[in-house]
Amino acid sequence: MNLKKIGYRYEKRWALKGIDLDLKAGEIVGIIGPNGSGKSTLLRIMDNVLIPQEGEINIWSKPFHIFSRPAFAREVAMVAQENHFRFSFSALEVVLMGRFPHLKRLQFEGQRDIEIARDALRLTHALDLSGRSIHELSEGEKQRVFIARALAQEPKIILLDEPTSFLDLKFKKEIFRLISTLCREKELSVVLVSHDIDLAAQYCHRLIMLKNGTIYATGAPDKVITASNIEYVYECPVLVDNNPLSGRPRINLV
Amino acid sequence: MIERYREDILTPARVITISLILLAVLALVTAVSLALGTADISIKDIFNILAGNTASDDPLRLIVFRIRLPRIILAGLVGFALSLGGVVFQAILRNPLADPFILGVSSGSAFGAVIAIALGFGFAVGVPVMSFTGALLTIYLVMMIGARNIGVESSTILLTGVIINAFFTAIIMFFISVSANDRLHTMLFWLYGDLSQARYSQLIIILPLVLLASVVLYGFSKELNIITTGEENAAQLGVEVGAIKKAALLIVSLVMGLVVAFSGLIGFVGLIVPHLARMAFRSDHRLLIPVASIGGAIFLIAADTLARTIVSPSELPVGVITAFIGAPFFIILLKKRGSQWT
Repeated sequence: MNLKKIGYRYEKRWALKGIDLDLKAGEIVGIIGPNGSGKSTLLRIMDNVLIPQEGEINIWSKPFHIFSRPAFAREVAMVAQENHFRFSFSALEVVLMGRFPHLKRLQFEGQRDIEIARDALRLTHALDLSGRSIHELSEGEKQRVFIARALAQEPKIILLDEPTSFLDLKFKKEIFRLISTLCREKELSVVLVSHDIDLAAQYCHRLIMLKNGTIYATGAPDKVITASNIEYVYECPVLVDNNPLSGRPRINLV
Repeated sequence: MIERYREDILTPARVITISLILLAVLALVTAVSLALGTADISIKDIFNILAGNTASDDPLRLIVFRIRLPRIILAGLVGFALSLGGVVFQAILRNPLADPFILGVSSGSAFGAVIAIALGFGFAVGVPVMSFTGALLTIYLVMMIGARNIGVESSTILLTGVIINAFFTAIIMFFISVSANDRLHTMLFWLYGDLSQARYSQLIIILPLVLLASVVLYGFSKELNIITTGEENAAQLGVEVGAIKKAALLIVSLVMGLVVAFSGLIGFVGLIVPHLARMAFRSDHRLLIPVASIGGAIFLIAADTLARTIVSPSELPVGVITAFIGAPFFIILLKKRGSQWT
């Protein structure tokens, strides 16, 4: 996926301006930045939900607008921050919704679709939830089900908006590990928005730091996560050292 | 292990089996309803009449074919359409309490019908034509006012419906206030739903259109499942949300205008039956649409049978029965389930 000089405005106010990004296969890119810096807007543009007023956005060198919705959903999947289920569906039914772009109009899910959905649930450690109603699940359990749904979509790119916000430590680690494995083994690309700078620094190949809708810094985590960058962008003084295990940058509040 | 999961999955065989069972119930309810009424006819007579074993001028045969059967078929079709509309609107507006009249189609139809009755038009052509014209007028207004936002914001559509409802209700009250007494009874009956004017000539129009609409809407059932989980979400999963929403709103509103034109305002069917169907068979529209539609037919035939027998030889508007059952049903449901709807 390739973004060139992307600009997006809500009414008069520009939320994003001059965003360039080249996403490679198998790469994990983290978008960080304070609240209101345009992180989620950027993700929604990459998901073809918002159409930028400026710039070009292509996937496999083809502009977004030539894709039908189902064709696009076979390329890109999104794990949104919020999901509101008004009616009851089982976790397995929710994951099977990920098969929608692969099915014909009146086609029911076949054995293969069910296997794909169950494999996805297994990968996110949610297979034991499959028969339960989505209403009964905790936020963390739902998050794992929605990641499984994105996997069942069999996309080339997965976008995640705050994927670990409701997860406890164990699942946070497992989700990031899963993302890393998928990227390595299936050449899946991942773009994620995260408030957790340490986790993003640890697992992402590349970070994009946004401030007021423009890219303030981009590159390898150790280039982006510096005390002066963080202090300027987040308006909060920090001390940056290295995680003793991974060697990746780590933030300490002062 | 695998078997346990397999039963969670909806298959075409399951949809067909459950639909056939409900169709059998529908046939049974129809037979019982044919037998009930002011004239005493036994179920055995009904089967003889339906099998063609009676003389063509047999009075019971005339009652069954000329009076009861068209009315039962109309009740079935109207119930079918109201429930179908309820299910689809509830999915699209993501609101389990949405009613198929929520866009104000009912008040537009009523506006047309009340004017027609006030002017002394007949029920064969005048009232249905005026009523359907009123429905088209409201659909046009809602689409005009809400069109800009129709793909985006459901609350705009709902608000437009509320406003249009209020406006037409005021006009209806005006006509009721200035109408002659003899026409008042007819108007009030119509406003509470009246199936007594059923004619085969009307059924020939309604039957194919309702069936066509149900086939088209059934084709949207997977999209409807996903739209209930949020519009942006649905777009991300590959649903053409805007197009599906517009098409479904238009089809349902047209069908509502059509059935209301021949039956008046019958409330609660589009709410109760989809609810019961969801409670029993959950939220997958591939099963929910046939279950709720056939269930709606069964429910309204039963309700209308009550309406025409309970105070026999006089009769009640069927809307009185559906409201009489519907309101307590919802109170119980609210008390039991709180805000958790399935």
